Amino acid sequence: MEQEATRDAYGKALVELGRQNPDIVVLDADTSSSTRTNWFAKEFPDRFFNFGVAEANMLGYAAGLALAGKIPFVSSFAVFGSIRAYEQIRTSICWPNLNVKIVLTHAGISVGEDGASHQAIEDIATMRVLPNMSVIVPADANETRRAIFACCEHKGPVYIRLGRAKFPLLPDAGFEIGKARIIKPGNDISIIACGLMVFEALKASDMLGKDGISARVVNMSTIKPIDKEAIISAAKETKAIITAEEHSIIGGLGSAVCEVLSEKAPTIVKRIGIQDVFGTSGKPEELLSYFKVDAKAIYKEAITLVNRNGSI
Amino acid sequence: MDEIVSKIADTSRKMRRLIIEMLSLAGSGHPGGSLSSVEIIASLYFHIMRHNPSNLLWEDRDRFILSKGHCCPTLYAALALSGYFPMEELKTLRKLGSILQGHSDRLATPGVEMSTGSLGQGLSCAAGIALGGKLSKKDFFVFCLIGDGENQEGQVWEAAMSASHYKLDNLICFLDYNKLQIDGRVSDIMNIEPVVDKWRAFGWEVMEIDGHNIGEIIEAVDRAKEIKGKPKIIIANTIKGKGVSFIENKVEWHGVAPTKEEAERALKELE
Repeated sequence: MEQEATRDAYGKALVELGRQNPDIVVLDADTSSSTRTNWFAKEFPDRFFNFGVAEANMLGYAAGLALAGKIPFVSSFAVFGSIRAYEQIRTSICWPNLNVKIVLTHAGISVGEDGASHQAIEDIATMRVLPNMSVIVPADANETRRAIFACCEHKGPVYIRLGRAKFPLLPDAGFEIGKARIIKPGNDISIIACGLMVFEALKASDMLGKDGISARVVNMSTIKPIDKEAIISAAKETKAIITAEEHSIIGGLGSAVCEVLSEKAPTIVKRIGIQDVFGTSGKPEELLSYFKVDAKAIYKEAITLVNRNGSI
Repeated sequence: MDEIVSKIADTSRKMRRLIIEMLSLAGSGHPGGSLSSVEIIASLYFHIMRHNPSNLLWEDRDRFILSKGHCCPTLYAALALSGYFPMEELKTLRKLGSILQGHSDRLATPGVEMSTGSLGQGLSCAAGIALGGKLSKKDFFVFCLIGDGENQEGQVWEAAMSASHYKLDNLICFLDYNKLQIDGRVSDIMNIEPVVDKWRAFGWEVMEIDGHNIGEIIEAVDRAKEIKGKPKIIIANTIKGKGVSFIENKVEWHGVAPTKEEAERALKELE
Protein backbone atom coordinates (compact mmCIF):
# COMPACT_ATOMS: atom_id res chain seq x y z
CA MET A 1 0.00 0.00 0.00
CA GLU A 2 1.31 3.43 -0.95
CA GLN A 3 2.47 5.49 2.05
CA GLU A 4 3.27 9.12 2.61
CA ALA A 5 3.72 11.29 5.71
CA THR A 6 1.32 14.19 6.13
CA ARG A 7 4.28 16.50 6.84
CA ASP A 8 5.76 15.59 3.44
CA ALA A 9 2.49 16.47 1.76
CA TYR A 10 2.54 19.78 3.65
CA GLY A 11 6.07 20.59 2.47
CA LYS A 12 5.11 19.95 -1.14
CA ALA A 13 1.82 21.85 -0.91
CA LEU A 14 3.60 24.89 0.53
CA VAL A 15 5.99 25.06 -2.42
CA GLU A 16 3.05 24.78 -4.83
CA LEU A 17 1.14 27.50 -2.98
CA GLY A 18 4.24 29.68 -2.83
CA ARG A 19 4.48 29.61 -6.61
CA GLN A 20 0.84 30.67 -6.96
CA ASN A 21 0.63 33.32 -4.27
CA PRO A 22 3.41 35.82 -3.52
CA ASP A 23 1.74 36.79 -0.21
CA ILE A 24 2.49 33.40 1.33
CA VAL A 25 5.27 33.59 3.92
CA VAL A 26 6.52 30.70 6.02
CA LEU A 27 7.80 30.84 9.59
CA ASP A 28 9.54 28.11 11.53
CA ALA A 29 11.33 27.77 14.86
CA ASP A 30 14.41 25.68 14.16
CA THR A 31 12.44 22.64 13.03
CA SER A 32 12.28 23.32 9.29
CA SER A 33 14.00 20.11 8.21
CA SER A 34 11.47 18.10 10.24
CA THR A 35 8.35 20.10 9.36
CA ARG A 36 9.48 20.18 5.69
CA THR A 37 9.20 23.97 5.51
CA ASN A 38 12.85 23.84 4.39
CA TRP A 39 11.54 22.82 0.96
CA PHE A 40 9.75 26.19 0.76
CA ALA A 41 12.82 27.95 2.19
CA LYS A 42 14.97 26.51 -0.56
CA GLU A 43 12.78 27.87 -3.34
CA PHE A 44 11.68 31.10 -1.63
CA PRO A 45 14.48 32.15 0.75
CA ASP A 46 13.15 35.72 0.88
CA ARG A 47 9.74 34.58 2.14
CA PHE A 48 10.97 32.13 4.76
CA PHE A 49 11.82 33.22 8.30
CA ASN A 50 13.48 31.10 10.94
CA PHE A 51 12.98 32.38 14.46
CA GLY A 52 15.28 29.99 16.22
CA VAL A 53 13.95 28.34 19.34
CA ALA A 54 11.42 31.06 20.18
CA GLU A 55 7.87 29.99 19.35
CA ALA A 56 5.98 32.70 21.24
CA ASN A 57 7.78 35.45 19.34
CA MET A 58 7.24 33.60 16.06
CA LEU A 59 3.47 33.58 16.57
CA GLY A 60 3.55 37.30 17.38
CA TYR A 61 5.39 37.97 14.13
CA ALA A 62 2.80 35.87 12.30
CA ALA A 63 0.09 38.15 13.71
CA GLY A 64 2.02 41.20 12.52
CA LEU A 65 2.65 39.75 9.08
CA ALA A 66 -1.07 39.01 8.74
CA LEU A 67 -1.81 42.61 9.73
CA ALA A 68 0.54 43.69 6.94
CA GLY A 69 -1.47 41.67 4.40
CA LYS A 70 0.63 38.51 4.23
CA ILE A 71 -0.61 34.94 4.67
CA PRO A 72 1.75 33.42 7.21
CA PHE A 73 2.10 29.66 7.59
CA VAL A 74 3.69 28.98 10.97
CA SER A 75 5.27 25.62 11.69
CA SER A 76 6.93 23.79 14.51
CA PHE A 77 6.36 20.60 16.46
CA ALA A 78 2.80 20.38 17.77
CA VAL A 79 3.78 20.57 21.45
CA PHE A 80 5.81 23.74 21.10
CA GLY A 81 3.79 25.55 18.45
CA SER A 82 0.46 25.02 20.15
CA ILE A 83 0.87 24.79 23.89
CA ARG A 84 4.08 26.71 24.59
CA ALA A 85 2.82 29.61 22.48
CA TYR A 86 -0.78 29.13 23.54
CA GLU A 87 -1.51 32.54 24.98
CA GLN A 88 0.09 34.23 21.98
CA ILE A 89 -2.22 32.23 19.70
CA ARG A 90 -5.17 33.13 21.90
CA THR A 91 -4.52 36.83 22.40
CA SER A 92 -2.46 37.98 19.41
CA ILE A 93 -4.09 35.79 16.75
CA CYS A 94 -7.54 34.46 17.65
CA TRP A 95 -8.90 37.46 19.57
CA PRO A 96 -8.11 39.91 16.73
CA ASN A 97 -9.16 37.16 14.27
CA LEU A 98 -6.03 37.32 12.13
CA ASN A 99 -5.35 35.32 9.00
CA VAL A 100 -2.63 33.05 10.38
CA LYS A 101 -2.24 29.37 9.46
CA ILE A 102 -0.65 27.27 12.16
CA VAL A 103 0.51 23.93 10.76
CA LEU A 104 2.20 21.76 13.34
CA THR A 105 3.78 18.38 12.80
CA HIS A 106 4.89 15.52 15.07
CA ALA A 107 1.53 15.51 16.87
CA GLY A 108 0.26 12.59 18.93
CA ILE A 109 2.03 9.63 20.48
CA SER A 110 2.94 8.25 17.05
CA VAL A 111 5.91 10.63 17.06
CA GLY A 112 7.43 7.72 18.96
CA GLU A 113 10.80 7.42 20.63
CA ASP A 114 11.21 11.05 21.75
CA GLY A 115 8.69 10.34 24.51
CA ALA A 116 6.27 12.39 26.56
CA SER A 117 7.90 15.83 26.21
CA HIS A 118 7.43 15.68 22.43
CA GLN A 119 4.05 13.94 22.22
CA ALA A 120 1.25 16.48 21.78
CA ILE A 121 -1.95 14.88 23.00
CA GLU A 122 -3.61 18.09 24.24
CA ASP A 123 -3.49 20.23 21.11
CA ILE A 124 -6.92 19.49 19.64
CA ALA A 125 -8.53 20.30 22.99
CA THR A 126 -6.61 23.53 23.52
CA MET A 127 -6.98 24.79 19.98
CA ARG A 128 -10.67 24.06 19.57
CA VAL A 129 -11.69 26.07 22.64
CA LEU A 130 -10.39 29.26 21.00
CA PRO A 131 -13.03 31.47 19.33
CA ASN A 132 -12.42 32.10 15.59
CA MET A 133 -10.06 29.13 15.32
CA SER A 134 -10.69 26.29 12.86
CA VAL A 135 -9.13 22.92 13.69
CA ILE A 136 -8.26 20.39 11.02
CA VAL A 137 -6.73 16.92 11.40
CA PRO A 138 -6.18 15.43 7.94
CA ALA A 139 -6.37 11.67 7.62
CA ASP A 140 -3.60 11.22 5.07
CA ALA A 141 -1.22 12.96 2.70
CA ASN A 142 -3.84 13.60 -0.01
CA GLU A 143 -6.22 15.22 2.43
CA THR A 144 -3.37 17.25 3.89
CA ARG A 145 -2.62 18.77 0.50
CA ARG A 146 -6.28 19.65 0.02
CA ALA A 147 -6.55 21.05 3.56
CA ILE A 148 -3.50 23.28 3.07
CA PHE A 149 -5.01 24.75 -0.10
CA ALA A 150 -8.44 25.12 1.52
CA CYS A 151 -7.08 26.87 4.60
CA CYS A 152 -5.26 29.35 2.38
CA GLU A 153 -8.61 30.34 0.86
CA HIS A 154 -10.28 30.57 4.26
CA LYS A 155 -9.94 33.91 6.04
CA GLY A 156 -9.05 33.60 9.70
CA PRO A 157 -6.90 31.49 11.99
CA VAL A 158 -6.59 27.78 11.23
CA TYR A 159 -4.79 25.02 13.08
CA ILE A 160 -3.75 21.97 11.05
CA ARG A 161 -2.44 18.97 12.96
CA LEU A 162 0.03 16.70 11.20
CA GLY A 163 2.06 13.66 12.15
CA ARG A 164 5.59 12.49 11.68
CA ALA A 165 5.37 8.90 10.48
CA LYS A 166 4.43 7.73 7.01
CA PHE A 167 1.08 6.08 6.79
CA PRO A 168 -1.15 4.69 4.04
CA LEU A 169 -3.04 6.82 1.55
CA LEU A 170 -6.81 6.50 1.59
CA PRO A 171 -8.96 6.87 -1.50
CA ASP A 172 -8.90 10.60 -2.30
CA ALA A 173 -12.35 11.78 -1.29
CA GLY A 174 -11.78 15.53 -1.50
CA PHE A 175 -11.87 17.98 1.37
CA GLU A 176 -13.99 20.88 2.50
CA ILE A 177 -13.53 22.71 5.83
CA GLY A 178 -16.35 21.64 8.14
CA LYS A 179 -17.45 18.58 6.12
CA ALA A 180 -17.03 15.03 7.34
CA ARG A 181 -16.89 12.19 4.82
CA ILE A 182 -18.21 8.66 5.06
CA ILE A 183 -15.21 6.61 3.96
CA LYS A 184 -17.05 3.31 4.32
CA PRO A 185 -20.81 2.83 4.64
CA GLY A 186 -22.29 0.74 7.46
CA ASN A 187 -25.48 0.49 9.47
CA ASP A 188 -24.70 -1.32 12.74
CA ILE A 189 -22.28 1.04 14.40
CA SER A 190 -20.33 4.16 13.37
CA ILE A 191 -16.66 4.83 13.93
CA ILE A 192 -15.93 8.55 13.79
CA ALA A 193 -12.19 9.11 13.52
CA CYS A 194 -9.62 11.73 12.61
CA GLY A 195 -6.00 11.72 11.53
CA LEU A 196 -4.19 8.41 11.24
CA MET A 197 -6.97 6.79 13.30
CA VAL A 198 -9.15 6.87 10.18
CA PHE A 199 -6.92 4.16 8.74
CA GLU A 200 -7.13 2.18 11.99
CA ALA A 201 -10.92 2.61 11.89
CA LEU A 202 -11.03 1.15 8.39
CA LYS A 203 -8.99 -1.85 9.54
CA ALA A 204 -11.32 -2.30 12.51
CA SER A 205 -14.34 -2.07 10.23
CA ASP A 206 -12.89 -4.84 8.05
CA MET A 207 -12.33 -7.02 11.15
CA LEU A 208 -15.90 -6.37 12.31
CA GLY A 209 -17.21 -7.20 8.85
CA LYS A 210 -15.82 -10.72 9.27
CA ASP A 211 -17.98 -11.04 12.40
CA GLY A 212 -21.01 -9.89 10.46
CA ILE A 213 -21.03 -6.39 11.96
CA SER A 214 -21.40 -3.55 9.53
CA ALA A 215 -19.38 -0.55 10.77
CA ARG A 216 -19.59 2.87 9.14
CA VAL A 217 -16.33 4.83 9.05
CA VAL A 218 -16.60 8.59 9.14
CA ASN A 219 -13.53 10.76 8.55
CA MET A 220 -14.10 13.81 10.75
CA SER A 221 -11.10 15.77 9.52
CA THR A 222 -12.48 19.13 10.64
CA ILE A 223 -12.86 19.10 14.41
CA LYS A 224 -14.02 22.70 14.40
CA PRO A 225 -16.43 23.73 13.00
CA ILE A 226 -17.62 20.14 13.44
CA ASP A 227 -20.03 18.55 10.98
CA LYS A 228 -23.08 18.15 13.23
CA GLU A 229 -25.23 16.63 10.51
CA ALA A 230 -22.79 13.78 9.90
CA ILE A 231 -22.73 13.04 13.63
CA ILE A 232 -26.51 13.13 14.00
CA SER A 233 -27.02 10.90 10.94
CA ALA A 234 -24.51 8.43 12.34
CA ALA A 235 -26.48 8.39 15.61
CA LYS A 236 -29.81 7.95 13.86
CA GLU A 237 -28.73 5.48 11.20
CA THR A 238 -26.53 3.23 13.35
CA LYS A 239 -26.96 1.90 16.88
CA ALA A 240 -23.85 3.20 18.60
CA ILE A 241 -20.84 5.40 18.01
CA ILE A 242 -17.13 4.97 18.62
CA THR A 243 -14.78 7.92 18.30
CA ALA A 244 -11.08 7.38 17.66
CA GLU A 245 -8.27 9.87 17.92
CA GLU A 246 -4.58 9.88 18.66
CA HIS A 247 -5.14 12.48 21.39
CA SER A 248 -6.32 12.66 24.98
CA ILE A 249 -9.86 11.39 25.43
CA ILE A 250 -10.49 14.70 27.22
CA GLY A 251 -11.41 17.64 25.05
CA GLY A 252 -10.68 16.27 21.60
CA LEU A 253 -12.73 14.69 18.82
CA GLY A 254 -14.59 12.36 21.21
CA SER A 255 -15.64 15.25 23.42
CA ALA A 256 -16.68 17.33 20.42
CA VAL A 257 -18.87 14.47 19.12
CA CYS A 258 -20.41 13.95 22.57
CA GLU A 259 -21.20 17.67 22.87
CA VAL A 260 -23.26 17.46 19.67
CA LEU A 261 -24.95 14.19 20.56
CA SER A 262 -25.90 15.03 24.14
CA GLU A 263 -27.93 17.97 22.87
CA LYS A 264 -29.21 16.66 19.54
CA ALA A 265 -29.39 12.86 19.61
CA PRO A 266 -28.31 11.15 22.84
CA THR A 267 -26.48 7.99 21.89
CA ILE A 268 -24.04 5.59 23.53
CA VAL A 269 -20.52 6.73 22.63
CA LYS A 270 -17.25 4.99 23.44
CA ARG A 271 -14.16 7.12 23.05
CA ILE A 272 -10.86 5.67 21.92
CA GLY A 273 -7.96 7.94 22.89
CA ILE A 274 -5.14 8.41 25.39
CA GLN A 275 -6.59 7.79 28.86
CA ASP A 276 -5.54 10.97 30.68
CA VAL A 277 -1.88 10.00 30.93
CA PHE A 278 1.30 11.32 29.36
CA GLY A 279 3.06 9.46 26.58
CA THR A 280 6.23 7.42 26.77
CA SER A 281 9.06 6.33 24.46
CA GLY A 282 8.57 3.50 22.03
CA LYS A 283 8.06 2.70 18.37
CA PRO A 284 4.95 4.38 16.91
CA GLU A 285 3.14 1.10 16.25
CA GLU A 286 4.06 -0.23 19.71
CA LEU A 287 2.69 2.94 21.30
CA LEU A 288 -0.61 2.81 19.44
CA SER A 289 -1.12 -0.68 20.78
CA TYR A 290 0.25 0.12 24.29
CA PHE A 291 -2.12 3.07 24.71
CA LYS A 292 -4.96 1.10 23.07
CA VAL A 293 -5.50 3.49 20.22
CA ASP A 294 -5.42 1.15 17.25
CA ALA A 295 -7.68 -1.02 15.11
CA LYS A 296 -7.70 -3.78 17.72
CA ALA A 297 -8.89 -1.42 20.44
CA ILE A 298 -11.65 -0.10 18.20
CA TYR A 299 -12.68 -3.64 17.31
CA LYS A 300 -12.85 -4.73 20.96
CA GLU A 301 -14.87 -1.69 21.94
CA ALA A 302 -17.27 -2.33 19.07
CA ILE A 303 -17.80 -5.93 20.13
CA THR A 304 -18.53 -4.81 23.72
CA LEU A 305 -21.01 -2.23 22.46
CA VAL A 306 -22.75 -4.79 20.27
CA ASN A 307 -23.05 -7.22 23.16
CA ARG A 308 -24.38 -4.51 25.46
CA ASN A 309 -27.00 -3.57 22.93
CA GLY A 310 -27.94 -7.15 22.24
CA SER A 311 -27.00 -8.97 19.09
CA ILE A 312 -27.21 -6.93 15.94
CA MET B 1 9.45 73.89 16.03
CA ASP B 2 8.51 75.85 19.15
CA GLU B 3 5.04 76.26 17.76
CA ILE B 4 4.70 72.52 17.16
CA VAL B 5 5.94 71.75 20.66
CA SER B 6 3.55 74.16 22.32
CA LYS B 7 0.65 72.81 20.26
CA ILE B 8 1.44 69.24 21.33
CA ALA B 9 1.87 70.41 24.93
CA ASP B 10 -1.62 71.88 24.72
CA THR B 11 -2.99 68.66 23.27
CA SER B 12 -1.20 66.67 25.99
CA ARG B 13 -2.97 68.71 28.67
CA LYS B 14 -6.27 68.07 26.89
CA MET B 15 -5.49 64.34 26.73
CA ARG B 16 -4.70 64.22 30.46
CA ARG B 17 -8.06 65.80 31.22
CA LEU B 18 -9.81 63.30 28.96
CA ILE B 19 -7.99 60.39 30.63
CA ILE B 20 -9.10 61.55 34.09
CA GLU B 21 -12.70 62.07 32.94
CA MET B 22 -12.81 58.73 31.13
CA LEU B 23 -11.41 56.74 34.04
CA SER B 24 -13.58 58.45 36.59
CA LEU B 25 -16.72 57.73 34.56
CA ALA B 26 -15.62 54.14 33.97
CA GLY B 27 -14.88 53.61 37.66
CA SER B 28 -11.84 51.49 36.82
CA GLY B 29 -8.70 51.56 34.69
CA HIS B 30 -5.05 52.54 34.79
CA PRO B 31 -4.23 56.21 35.40
CA GLY B 32 -0.53 55.86 36.30
CA GLY B 33 0.84 54.47 33.05
CA SER B 34 -1.78 56.26 30.95
CA LEU B 35 -0.58 59.63 32.23
CA SER B 36 3.12 58.76 31.87
CA SER B 37 2.77 57.99 28.17
CA VAL B 38 0.81 61.10 27.13
CA GLU B 39 3.58 63.14 25.48
CA ILE B 40 4.88 60.12 23.55
CA ILE B 41 1.46 59.24 22.11
CA ALA B 42 0.54 62.89 21.51
CA SER B 43 3.79 63.53 19.62
CA LEU B 44 3.18 60.43 17.50
CA TYR B 45 -0.43 61.16 16.57
CA PHE B 46 -0.20 64.94 16.23
CA HIS B 47 3.15 65.35 14.56
CA ILE B 48 5.28 62.30 13.85
CA MET B 49 3.01 59.68 12.28
CA ARG B 50 1.66 59.62 8.75
CA HIS B 51 -1.97 58.58 9.23
CA ASN B 52 -5.43 59.36 7.94
CA PRO B 53 -8.49 58.87 10.19
CA SER B 54 -10.80 58.80 7.17
CA ASN B 55 -8.81 56.03 5.47
CA LEU B 56 -8.22 53.41 8.16
CA LEU B 57 -6.77 50.80 5.82
CA TRP B 58 -4.43 53.14 3.95
CA GLU B 59 -1.54 50.79 3.18
CA ASP B 60 1.16 53.43 3.53
CA ARG B 61 0.14 54.64 6.99
CA ASP B 62 2.56 54.49 9.88
CA ARG B 63 1.42 52.02 12.53
CA PHE B 64 1.33 52.39 16.29
CA ILE B 65 1.12 49.32 18.53
CA LEU B 66 0.38 49.96 22.19
CA SER B 67 1.95 46.89 23.72
CA LYS B 68 1.10 48.10 27.24
CA GLY B 69 -2.58 47.78 26.36
CA HIS B 70 -3.83 48.78 29.82
CA CYS B 71 -2.85 52.37 28.96
CA CYS B 72 -5.37 52.49 26.12
CA PRO B 73 -7.19 55.55 27.55
CA THR B 74 -4.25 57.63 26.27
CA LEU B 75 -4.54 56.05 22.84
CA TYR B 76 -8.34 56.50 22.85
CA ALA B 77 -7.91 60.19 23.68
CA ALA B 78 -5.44 60.62 20.81
CA LEU B 79 -7.69 58.72 18.38
CA ALA B 80 -10.80 60.70 19.34
CA LEU B 81 -8.94 64.03 19.06
CA SER B 82 -7.62 62.89 15.66
CA GLY B 83 -11.17 62.22 14.47
CA TYR B 84 -11.23 58.41 14.38
CA PHE B 85 -14.52 58.42 16.30
CA PRO B 86 -16.74 61.01 18.04
CA MET B 87 -15.46 62.48 21.32
CA GLU B 88 -18.73 61.39 22.94
CA GLU B 89 -17.59 57.75 22.75
CA LEU B 90 -14.91 58.45 25.37
CA LYS B 91 -17.64 58.56 28.01
CA THR B 92 -18.41 54.88 27.36
CA LEU B 93 -14.98 53.48 28.24
CA ARG B 94 -15.20 49.97 29.72
CA LYS B 95 -19.01 49.92 29.55
CA LEU B 96 -20.99 47.06 28.01
CA GLY B 97 -21.34 47.56 24.27
CA SER B 98 -18.71 50.30 24.09
CA ILE B 99 -16.26 50.57 21.20
CA LEU B 100 -13.67 51.35 23.90
CA GLN B 101 -12.72 48.13 25.65
CA GLY B 102 -10.76 47.95 28.90
CA HIS B 103 -7.72 46.85 26.92
CA SER B 104 -7.21 47.74 23.25
CA ASP B 105 -9.27 45.67 20.81
CA ARG B 106 -8.62 46.22 17.11
CA LEU B 107 -12.00 44.82 16.10
CA ALA B 108 -13.86 47.20 18.42
CA THR B 109 -12.11 50.56 18.00
CA PRO B 110 -11.45 52.41 14.74
CA GLY B 111 -7.75 53.26 14.57
CA VAL B 112 -6.55 50.63 17.02
CA GLU B 113 -4.05 48.60 14.99
CA MET B 114 -3.65 45.62 17.31
CA SER B 115 -5.42 43.98 20.21
CA THR B 116 -3.17 44.09 23.23
CA GLY B 117 -3.31 43.81 26.98
CA SER B 118 -1.37 40.66 27.67
CA LEU B 119 2.06 42.10 28.33
CA GLY B 120 5.04 41.11 26.24
CA GLN B 121 3.24 40.35 23.00
CA GLY B 122 3.02 43.72 21.25
CA LEU B 123 6.62 44.12 20.18
CA SER B 124 6.61 40.80 18.31
CA CYS B 125 3.47 41.89 16.46
CA ALA B 126 4.95 45.31 15.69
CA ALA B 127 8.08 43.63 14.37
CA GLY B 128 5.92 41.33 12.23
CA ILE B 129 4.21 44.34 10.66
CA ALA B 130 7.61 45.97 10.08
CA LEU B 131 8.84 42.79 8.39
CA GLY B 132 5.67 42.68 6.26
CA GLY B 133 6.23 46.32 5.27
CA LYS B 134 9.74 45.53 4.12
CA LEU B 135 8.55 42.50 2.13
CA SER B 136 6.00 44.70 0.36
CA LYS B 137 8.63 47.40 -0.17
CA LYS B 138 6.57 49.94 1.78
CA ASP B 139 8.23 52.87 3.50
CA PHE B 140 5.95 53.15 6.53
CA PHE B 141 7.30 53.08 10.08
CA VAL B 142 6.00 50.91 12.90
CA PHE B 143 6.02 52.48 16.36
CA CYS B 144 5.58 50.42 19.48
CA LEU B 145 5.22 51.45 23.11
CA ILE B 146 6.22 49.00 25.82
CA GLY B 147 6.21 49.40 29.59
CA ASP B 148 9.08 48.91 32.01
CA GLY B 149 7.39 46.11 33.94
CA GLU B 150 6.58 44.56 30.58
CA ASN B 151 10.28 44.65 29.78
CA GLN B 152 10.56 41.72 32.23
CA GLU B 153 8.68 39.39 29.84
CA GLY B 154 10.90 36.91 28.03
CA GLN B 155 9.05 37.41 24.75
CA VAL B 156 10.19 41.05 24.65
CA TRP B 157 13.77 39.81 24.43
CA GLU B 158 12.89 37.21 21.81
CA ALA B 159 11.38 40.06 19.81
CA ALA B 160 14.43 42.25 20.42
CA MET B 161 16.78 39.52 19.21
CA SER B 162 14.77 38.82 16.07
CA ALA B 163 14.15 42.47 15.11
CA SER B 164 17.88 43.14 14.96
CA HIS B 165 18.49 39.79 13.24
CA TYR B 166 16.06 40.87 10.51
CA LYS B 167 17.48 44.43 10.49
CA LEU B 168 14.07 46.04 11.01
CA ASP B 169 15.12 49.68 10.77
CA ASN B 170 11.48 50.65 10.14
CA LEU B 171 10.67 49.66 13.74
CA ILE B 172 10.92 52.31 16.46
CA CYS B 173 10.07 51.27 20.01
CA PHE B 174 9.49 53.49 23.03
CA LEU B 175 10.05 52.23 26.55
CA ASP B 176 7.82 54.18 28.94
CA TYR B 177 10.27 54.04 31.83
CA ASN B 178 8.23 55.34 34.76
CA LYS B 179 10.05 53.02 37.22
CA LEU B 180 6.89 51.62 38.88
CA GLN B 181 4.85 48.47 38.36
CA ILE B 182 1.81 47.00 40.10
CA ASP B 183 3.66 45.56 43.09
CA GLY B 184 6.20 48.32 43.63
CA ARG B 185 9.37 49.81 42.19
CA VAL B 186 10.62 48.02 39.07
CA SER B 187 14.10 47.95 40.60
CA ASP B 188 12.74 46.10 43.66
CA ILE B 189 10.33 43.70 41.94
CA MET B 190 12.64 42.58 39.10
CA ASN B 191 15.34 45.01 38.14
CA ILE B 192 15.63 45.62 34.41
CA GLU B 193 18.87 47.64 34.67
CA PRO B 194 21.20 48.20 32.97
CA VAL B 195 18.41 48.61 30.42
CA VAL B 196 20.37 50.68 27.90
CA ASP B 197 23.17 48.13 27.81
CA LYS B 198 20.70 45.26 27.44
CA TRP B 199 18.97 46.71 24.38
CA ARG B 200 22.31 47.72 22.87
CA ALA B 201 23.61 44.18 23.39
CA PHE B 202 20.57 42.89 21.50
CA GLY B 203 21.64 44.94 18.48
CA TRP B 204 19.35 47.94 18.82
CA GLU B 205 20.19 51.61 18.46
CA VAL B 206 19.37 53.00 21.90
CA MET B 207 18.54 56.59 22.83
CA GLU B 208 17.61 57.94 26.23
CA ILE B 209 15.35 60.96 26.63
CA ASP B 210 13.02 62.78 28.98
CA GLY B 211 9.71 61.22 27.97
CA HIS B 212 7.75 64.34 28.84
CA ASN B 213 9.94 66.64 26.74
CA ILE B 214 8.15 66.90 23.40
CA GLY B 215 11.15 68.44 21.65
CA GLU B 216 13.33 65.53 22.75
CA ILE B 217 10.72 62.98 21.62
CA ILE B 218 10.47 64.50 18.14
CA GLU B 219 14.22 64.88 17.80
CA ALA B 220 14.83 61.28 18.89
CA VAL B 221 12.36 59.94 16.32
CA ASP B 222 13.91 62.12 13.60
CA ARG B 223 17.30 60.68 14.45
CA ALA B 224 15.92 57.15 14.71
CA LYS B 225 14.44 57.38 11.22
CA GLU B 226 17.85 58.21 9.78
CA ILE B 227 19.64 55.22 11.31
CA LYS B 228 19.65 52.31 8.88
CA GLY B 229 20.16 48.59 9.33
CA LYS B 230 18.82 48.11 12.85
CA PRO B 231 15.75 48.66 15.02
CA LYS B 232 15.67 51.61 17.39
CA ILE B 233 14.50 52.00 20.97
CA ILE B 234 13.91 55.29 22.73
CA ILE B 235 14.15 54.83 26.49
CA ALA B 236 11.78 57.53 27.68
CA ASN B 237 12.28 58.44 31.34
CA THR B 238 8.83 59.35 32.61
CA ILE B 239 6.90 59.95 35.79
CA LYS B 240 4.05 57.59 36.51
CA GLY B 241 0.85 59.60 36.90
CA LYS B 242 2.53 62.70 35.42
CA GLY B 243 0.49 65.90 35.66
CA VAL B 244 -1.65 65.10 38.69
CA SER B 245 0.20 65.78 41.95
CA PHE B 246 -1.54 63.18 44.08
CA ILE B 247 -1.18 60.44 41.44
CA GLU B 248 2.43 61.17 40.46
CA ASN B 249 4.90 58.48 41.47
CA LYS B 250 2.38 56.64 43.63
CA VAL B 251 2.46 52.91 43.08
CA GLU B 252 -1.09 52.49 44.39
CA TRP B 253 -2.38 54.50 41.40
CA HIS B 254 -1.38 51.83 38.86
CA GLY B 255 -4.86 50.45 38.41
CA VAL B 256 -7.34 52.53 40.39
CA ALA B 257 -9.73 55.07 38.90
CA PRO B 258 -10.16 58.48 40.51
CA THR B 259 -13.44 59.09 42.33
CA LYS B 260 -15.61 62.02 41.26
CA GLU B 261 -14.01 64.29 43.86
CA GLU B 262 -10.49 63.16 43.02
CA ALA B 263 -11.23 63.71 39.34
CA GLU B 264 -12.37 67.27 40.05
CA ARG B 265 -9.17 67.97 41.96
CA ALA B 266 -7.10 66.49 39.14
CA LEU B 267 -8.95 68.47 36.45
CA LYS B 268 -8.33 71.68 38.38
CA GLU B 269 -4.61 70.93 38.34
CA LEU B 270 -4.80 70.31 34.62
CA GLU B 271 -6.52 73.56 33.71
